Order: sequence, then C-alpha cells, then structure tokens
Amino acid sequence: MNFLATIGEFFLAFFAQTGRLSVFVGQTLAAMLRPPIYFRIIGQQIIRIGYFSLPVVALTSFFTGGALAIQIYYGGNQFNSEAIVSSIVALGITRELGPVLGGLMVAGRVSAAIAAEIGTMRVTEQIDALTTLSTNPHKYLVAPRVIAATLCMPILALIADIIGIFGGFVVGTQSFGFNAAIYVQRTINFLTVDDVTSGLIKAAVFGFIIAMMGCYNGYYSKGGAQGVGRATTNAVVSASILILAANYLMTSLLFSS
Amino acid sequence: MTVKIALSDVHKSFGPKDVLRGVNLEVETGQSVVVIGGSGSGKSVMLKSILGLLTPDNGSIKIDGRETVGMARNSRADIDHQIGMLFQNGALFDSLPVWKNVAFRAIQNDGMNETDARDLAVDALKQVELGPELLDLSPASLSGGMHKRVGLARAIASKPEIIFFDEPTTGLDPIMTDVINHLIRDCVQELGATTMTITHDMTSVRAIADKTALLYKGEIIWQGSTEALEASDDPFLNQFINGLAHGPIEVEGQQLDTAPNAEAI
Ligand SMILES: Nc1ncnc2c1ncn2[C@@H]1O[C@H](COP(=O)(O)OP(=O)(O)O)[C@@H](O)[C@H]1O
Ligand SMILES: [Mg+2]
Repeated sequence: MNFLATIGEFFLAFFAQTGRLSVFVGQTLAAMLRPPIYFRIIGQQIIRIGYFSLPVVALTSFFTGGALAIQIYYGGNQFNSEAIVSSIVALGITRELGPVLGGLMVAGRVSAAIAAEIGTMRVTEQIDALTTLSTNPHKYLVAPRVIAATLCMPILALIADIIGIFGGFVVGTQSFGFNAAIYVQRTINFLTVDDVTSGLIKAAVFGFIIAMMGCYNGYYSKGGAQGVGRATTNAVVSASILILAANYLMTSLLFSS
Repeated sequence: MTVKIALSDVHKSFGPKDVLRGVNLEVETGQSVVVIGGSGSGKSVMLKSILGLLTPDNGSIKIDGRETVGMARNSRADIDHQIGMLFQNGALFDSLPVWKNVAFRAIQNDGMNETDARDLAVDALKQVELGPELLDLSPASLSGGMHKRVGLARAIASKPEIIFFDEPTTGLDPIMTDVINHLIRDCVQELGATTMTITHDMTSVRAIADKTALLYKGEIIWQGSTEALEASDDPFLNQFINGLAHGPIEVEGQQLDTAPNAEAI
C-alpha cells in the first residue's frame, strides 16, 4: 500500500516537473521570438559562455584526441595502424567526442554558473523586482543565455574537433612516428562534411539544453543559499543526463538512415 | 476620496498553509496606509498579490477600479508602469552599477539614452539624500542603509502613482530608521503618491501612516487612523504596538500565553 503510494507520488512529481519545464521552455521560445531582443546581453553572454569555455573545451579535446590515438594504435592492428588511427580519431572526435565531451564540460561550467546566478536573483527577489519594473525575466534573463549557448556550442565543438584531431596527430607523429603529411592527408580524405555538421548540430542542441537547465533550475530555486546550491547541482546533473540522452537519440536519427 | 487599491476577500494558501484568509482593505488616492503584523503573518504575500507576483486563490484586487486578479502580465503593463516597489532586502540587481539600477525602468522600457539615464539617477539619488559619487558603485559594495536608500531611489525614479514599501526600516539602526521614515514621508508628499508600507516598526507607523491596518492570522483584524491606534484598547493591537510577549496573539511555533513554569521541566 505504502509502496504504491510512493510510486504514485513519484510519478505525480515527475509529471508536475515535466509540465512545468515544458511551460518554461514554451515561455522562453516565445520570449526569443518576440521583441524586445536584448542584443547587448546576448553579446555579454556569448563572451561568458563561449569565450571563457574555450580553454576547458580545448584541453579536454586535445587530451581526448591523444588518448584515442593511443587506444586505437595498441588496440587495433598495428600493421595497418597508420591508416586506421587518423581516420578513427577524426571520425570519433567530430561525430561523438568533440560535441559530447565539450557539451559535458560546458554543462559543468555554464549550467552551474547560470543556475547559481539566476537562483540567487530568485531568492533575493531580484526576479520579482525585474517583473515589477516591467521587464519580462524570460526575455531579459533566460532568452539571452539560451541564444548565446545555442550559438556558442557549435563553434566550441568545431574548435574541439580541430584540437582533438590535432591531439591525435601529435601522438601519432611524435609517439608512433607517423608521417605528418600523410596523416593530415588521410584525415582530410577520410572526413566528410556530414561527419562535422552532424556534430555541430548536436552541439547546438546541447547548448540549448545547457542554458535551459541552468535557467530552469535557477528560476525555480527556493529556500535561500541551500536552495541555490541544490539548484546548481540539479542543473549540472540534469543537463549532463539530457545531453547524453539527446546524443543517443540524435545519433540514431542522424546515422540510421 | 476615490479608492486607489481595493482588496476584498483575498485568499492565498501554499499547500496546506493558509496564509491569507480573506483580506479586506482599501487604500484611498494619496493615502499612506501602513500594514503591521508579526513575522510570517503574510504581509509580503499580500503585497506580492497586489503586484501580481503571486496569484490569489480567491478574491478580488482592484487598482483604479480595474480587477487585476487573473490579468496577464502584458495586459497590466500600464498598471505596472505607475507602481514603484521597495523590496524587503532592496533586491538591487548586483550585476548592474547603482545608476543602471536606479534608472532601470527608463533604460529598459523607455529606451532612455545613457546621459539622460545618469541624470535621472542623479536626481533620484538626490531625493534620498545620496550623492552622485555612488553612481558607478556596485550594489554589493553598499552598506545596509545605503542599499535601502538606493532601492528607494529606484522605486521613486519613475515618479509612480503608487509605491509599496516592504519593511523599509527592518535591520537598520534607529538613526537610519528615522532617516528612511522621513525620506518616505517627503518622497510621498513630493510625488503625491498613494503608498502602502509594511512594517513591524512602530516609529514608522507614527511617522508615515494616515491609516494603519493590523494583519493577523490572514485577516485584517483592525484598521484605523493613527489617533485611533493610540487610543484603541483592542487587546491584539495593544500587544503588538507595545511589543509584549504575552497577550492574545499567538506567535508562530510558540505558545506564549500559558503561564511560565506551569509545568515541571
Ligand atoms: N512562495 C512561497 N511558497 C511557499 N510558502 C510561502 C511563499 N511565500 C511565503 N510563504 C509562506 O507564507 C507565510 C507568510 O510569508 P510572508 O508574507 O513573507 O511573511 P511576512 O509577514 O513576514 O512578510 C510564511 O509562513 C511563508 O513561509
Ligand atoms: Mg515580509
């Protein structure tokens, strides 16, 4: 009996959350499409979200590209490794690891920062103050962050692609003695535009998820400093899980046909 | 006298907790009404309901005769435009310098340019007796009293017809309390605004109230002029204005009207 009640409560809470999130996303989309659009704030957020994430994303993808090269070299057929390493590194980085690892790293940085900022604004009544000053918080706070993150993530992913492939290149040429010119030539020959664009499309979706989760959790935080802390954790966790789930979904959609 | 704000039978609950249980209150144009009541009695909830930040479960809130309950945010834009609000903790935007806080509405809504907005901020700060040296400071670097005053400047900057003050003097020293009370009094007289102030500070009541209302257990249980307040022998009111621990008012989470030491510890 008690068990059933717990399950019931769980599902009620789940549907309530999902409903509230859907309404929130809807309000944000509406805010993004209707004027006023705060270009200055979008610009500021592009710097905060995109520019300052560059080092994190670059380091992550460099080391991942390097590690990937080592795994393929020792795991695969070493006889034919020179051809395999360059192509699998290129494929793995552009299709999966660049956007996904980049997305997860940015989720950790940006979702948390957004949730903490908007959560603090919530508990200190700054969001109420915005409303009473005739400014729509969805337009002023949420939309610029979502737009900035959605625009920045593909660019970050593209940079991650290049640096990740470079990481594989460095390991291949320095540790395994591959010929640099041939490595580059093989990478270019092997990669298709679709490999790269599929990764960039994914990255845009991840950017949307990252900003949305940060804003949503911050917007509904309550209960002082502790509540803001909880919102921050929830933002990172939910953004990361949604990124991985969305990645699976998009991979199956983009590559099954 | 016309009625500017009219609340009738306003109810609001959070889950099982009934916070407002039928509030009835009228504020006339140009009047300064002070609402007193213990911590957690729902004073802020009442204000936020009037501001449309919370939606009452039941009842009616009219501003200038227009029903605001259930009104969508963008259809009440003209109402919002004539309202100023000083939040309990100031609620200044800490990402913006003081001048952008004070002139926020003008910048965001009226598209005012930077020079005019700074001038507007200087004027508003002058009204709360602050100098232009504050303009470029961040709100985080202000003291409590200055924070409140900048909040006050932001509330009055757009020369609103209605101003709400949520505990404007709580947490300030007695001198700053007196300063704030006088500023409110002066600003209101200068603007001819209708105001509603929430407080549990009796010096504020005496300094600024035309009419005082006592909120207790979700209802306005007493209202009247300041003279009537001093003369009243209402036991609830007396307990509140004299700050007595013992009396008919039940303090949240505590029963104080049982005799001490009645039971062995
Ligand atoms: N958004 C909310 N959600 C749940 N409970 C709330 C909310 N806002 C206020 N309350 C509760 O309503 C009661 C009255 O709060 P409030 O109006 O802030 O008191 P005060 O009279 O001190 O201003 C408190 O018990 C508070 O916990
Ligand atoms: Mg309050």
